[in-house]
Amino acid sequence: MENAKGKVVSVNESLVGVKNTEGSVMNGEVAYIILEDGKRLKSEVIDVKSGNLVYLQVFEDTSWMKVGDAVEFTGLPLSVKLGPGILGTVTDGLQNPLYELAKKEWFLERGMVVEPLNTEVKWHFTPRVKKGDLVSGSSILGTVPEKLFEHKIFVPFLLQGLYTVESIIGEGDYTINDTIAIVENDTGNSIELTMAFDWPVKRPMPFHERSVPAETLPTGMRILDALFPIAYGGTACSPGPFGAGKTVLQHSIAKHSRADVVIIAACGERAGEAVEVFKDFPELIDPRTGKSLMDRTYIVGNTSSMPVAAREASVYMATAVGEYYRKQGLDVLILADSTSRWAQALRETSGRKEEIPGPEAFPMYISTLISAFYDRAGVEILADGSKGSLSIIGTVSPAGGNFDEPVTQATLLSTGAFLGLSRELSDARKYPAIDRIDSSSQYPSLISTEEVRFLKELLKEGKTIASNLLLMGERGITNDAYITYQKSELLDAVFLQQNSFDDVDGVTNPERLRMMFNMVKHIIDTPVHADTKEDIRSHFNFLRQAFLDWNYLKIEDPQFGKQKTKIMNLVKQKADVKENV
Amino acid sequence: MLRKTYERIDSIGRAIITIEAKNVHNKELAEVIYPDGKTAFAQVIALDGHKVTLQLFGGGFGVSTDCKVRFLGHSVQVGFSDDMLGRVYAGNGQPIDGGPQLVSDMTRVAGPSINPVKRLIPKNMIRTGVPMIDVFNTLVRSQKIPIFASAGEPYNRLLANVATQTDADVIIIGGVGLKYDEYHYFKERIEEAGSKSKTIMFVHTHRDSIVEGLMVPDLALAVGERFALQGKNVFVLLSDMTQWSDYLRQVANAQDQIPANQGYPGDLYSQLASRYEKAADIEGSGSLTILGVTTMDDVTHPVPDNTGYITEGQFFMKDGYLELFGSLSRLKQQVNDKTRADHRSIMNAMARLLSEAEERVKAQKFGSVKDEYSLRLLDYRKTFQRELMDPFLYLELEDALDLCWDILANHFKKEEVGLSSDLVDAYWPKKGEFKILKLQNL
Repeated sequence: MENAKGKVVSVNESLVGVKNTEGSVMNGEVAYIILEDGKRLKSEVIDVKSGNLVYLQVFEDTSWMKVGDAVEFTGLPLSVKLGPGILGTVTDGLQNPLYELAKKEWFLERGMVVEPLNTEVKWHFTPRVKKGDLVSGSSILGTVPEKLFEHKIFVPFLLQGLYTVESIIGEGDYTINDTIAIVENDTGNSIELTMAFDWPVKRPMPFHERSVPAETLPTGMRILDALFPIAYGGTACSPGPFGAGKTVLQHSIAKHSRADVVIIAACGERAGEAVEVFKDFPELIDPRTGKSLMDRTYIVGNTSSMPVAAREASVYMATAVGEYYRKQGLDVLILADSTSRWAQALRETSGRKEEIPGPEAFPMYISTLISAFYDRAGVEILADGSKGSLSIIGTVSPAGGNFDEPVTQATLLSTGAFLGLSRELSDARKYPAIDRIDSSSQYPSLISTEEVRFLKELLKEGKTIASNLLLMGERGITNDAYITYQKSELLDAVFLQQNSFDDVDGVTNPERLRMMFNMVKHIIDTPVHADTKEDIRSHFNFLRQAFLDWNYLKIEDPQFGKQKTKIMNLVKQKADVKENV
Repeated sequence: MLRKTYERIDSIGRAIITIEAKNVHNKELAEVIYPDGKTAFAQVIALDGHKVTLQLFGGGFGVSTDCKVRFLGHSVQVGFSDDMLGRVYAGNGQPIDGGPQLVSDMTRVAGPSINPVKRLIPKNMIRTGVPMIDVFNTLVRSQKIPIFASAGEPYNRLLANVATQTDADVIIIGGVGLKYDEYHYFKERIEEAGSKSKTIMFVHTHRDSIVEGLMVPDLALAVGERFALQGKNVFVLLSDMTQWSDYLRQVANAQDQIPANQGYPGDLYSQLASRYEKAADIEGSGSLTILGVTTMDDVTHPVPDNTGYITEGQFFMKDGYLELFGSLSRLKQQVNDKTRADHRSIMNAMARLLSEAEERVKAQKFGSVKDEYSLRLLDYRKTFQRELMDPFLYLELEDALDLCWDILANHFKKEEVGLSSDLVDAYWPKKGEFKILKLQNL
């Protein structure tokens, strides 16, 4: 069947009206608009109207387009190329590798296209099937080593029905464009397969078998791992006003979380932040693998000054790649920053289409899109019984830092952990500025449920006493209440607060977290005997100082044990006073 | 090439006209020719069949249906050369200092963004001499950062100070919606500081049309970017981006766009971002740093709110002080570990204690602050404000850090400040032996 053709009839920023002159058009298919200088601008059909009128959203700047410019439809939906070679790369929202683009032009000139995956690199392929074997979509043909993993080469997921392997190439080095197998079905339909294939990004990849998130995904961040944990296959959202530390939080998780693959979707955010990641990560060694952090990372960036229409594509691109690595049996984590920018892009397009707006001019369907996006996370049990997972942490940038807006609300309904960032805490330099009271998580923590409840209750009590203190002053409350308040402040200062910029304090592994928790618990459980508020405050000042010094010591450091003893002795001093009397 | 002139304008709005025309390009520049022969610029903003919508740089007033329109065959451009240094231009790109026009080396305006892989991680501190900046919210080369302030605060003075006190190779001032005296002030300050020969001004004052005002940041940034690509370190000053956003709102409204928040168009974020994102430290080249002004009363207003999500922090000015809370430099962590060993720690300690003091200020209203420690905190807050928060103070970073230690030692015991023991041992001054703090002031 011939693909459809058309001509531009109207241009309004990224929304272009096209008269479909021949062939049929599918909603969601990719089309190219050909400018008079021959540049081809990628776009997507978003609306088909009566009178053969088709609306495209263009992924590039529409300057210099004119009425009458030719349009070629491709018949194919917006897709991502899946195969070995994705890890360690940085692409734009349409999967153009940025380092390759930079070889052509310093600026992101429109209409430039580069192969999404390197077609020259040879991968060492080891077959797993033989001639005569029966295969179907997502059967494994063989493997190639990619960075840290055995990358499974699949029969394209969309292939329907049973096929017989007619030929399979022997072990050896091949590019992703080389034919590695020929398969045929019983109607005689014969297909040549390579190591890469396309997947329509907006279509969720079906689970082989879906399971529920039940295991903590350690992030190295104490407040998360202890109080508001993320789970393998789970979802979380971190809304917050600007300047509350969303970016630092995301970078810290990207560096330290115990996922096999981390995908960063920089959607409509500052270019500088993505740059920090892809220039720093190759230099950083992941202590768990001994390899560069970049080896487990894929960055898809449609930063804020890149064409707005491609923001949506970038989010889905990241998700489809994430699902693909889940099918590899890996634990994948997507950090989407920020889903609000994606929603705003939808709002811009919706406005140009003159759709009737919902709250704050966002389109009515925004909540459905958001829920469907987070639903693509999950735990998958694969055909061989092994497990893979895809977790998604999305940041939300609510207007005015007010969580009562459509994007935040829809996200809260769709995610399992809520990490609310607070300006009050960030102003007080209490980082990570995750609200200790209002945040929540439905996933299991690294400490027990009772221990979590114990900490939360102390924090709540501390907050109540703090407001009494504000109203009535130190003299207005009892020494006992003052001690409880100081304990809750100490818990916050030495355990929940964490310095992301310090090599030691910046990441706490589960073993150390347990050790620290035990110490905090010991302090909280030990009664303090002091006569004056001044005494109490001074005691906790010394304790805090000693604990913080301990936090900055490596476990291997000979001082580590001594510092621990020092803390224990400080605790004992005040505990013993009464007995001595 | 002879270009067709269209004789008739169909509709005229506040800043928009429509005509019937063929073979017109999106974003093409056109000339509107008045019956008396005067001309004004207009730009194509939408095409619908043969209906062409143009935005008028000079506004719609005085445009008549018998004005003629001629398309120029190119989009908005600005000249570029070293001869522009020392000159003053209007928002339509024309000189307003009586000097000759520039037609050489035309540069496209609002071009695509630089490939992120060509960006460097910003690593060079810019020393401004302002303690609230250098110590607490260090400015970094290629940073994009606005001053958030109410109208009437001396933000333009701070802008001019920072630009002229640092080692910028080229300063470009983009004035949007300036009062005449503000324009005059910038001109004088630049001349006083001896910086005129490295400065270019693009100025839009209240008597000019708002569409010209909208153009100013694009012109300033396009020229700035060219200098940066030549290896220069460029400072672009944009004042005031709240007025710019207001113009954007007016134009969007004139085009019947559906408003998002408080009448601002839904793409306010993207519009602001595509300007601020021009700030970059470019591999093998120079850099472009943007210092802006965002006038505001409330930080949750759509303009400061969207700006805050785009820029790399903000300096918050209030009652003539540069505030600690509300100010932020997102890039400071890139540089403040390479200045002096105590920089980060003392910055955090000072901030934490000030935040404790702010709690007491609230409590004071209830009359509940009587204990000795709280009273010391309140004293500390006064000293902090007096000694550090004046935006027009000039102190070298090292002196400012010493001053911080002096202030801590003057008000607190060592164990109260939450600093690690080795730093306290190294820097804690003995009572009465302050390096910077003058006790007679207390």
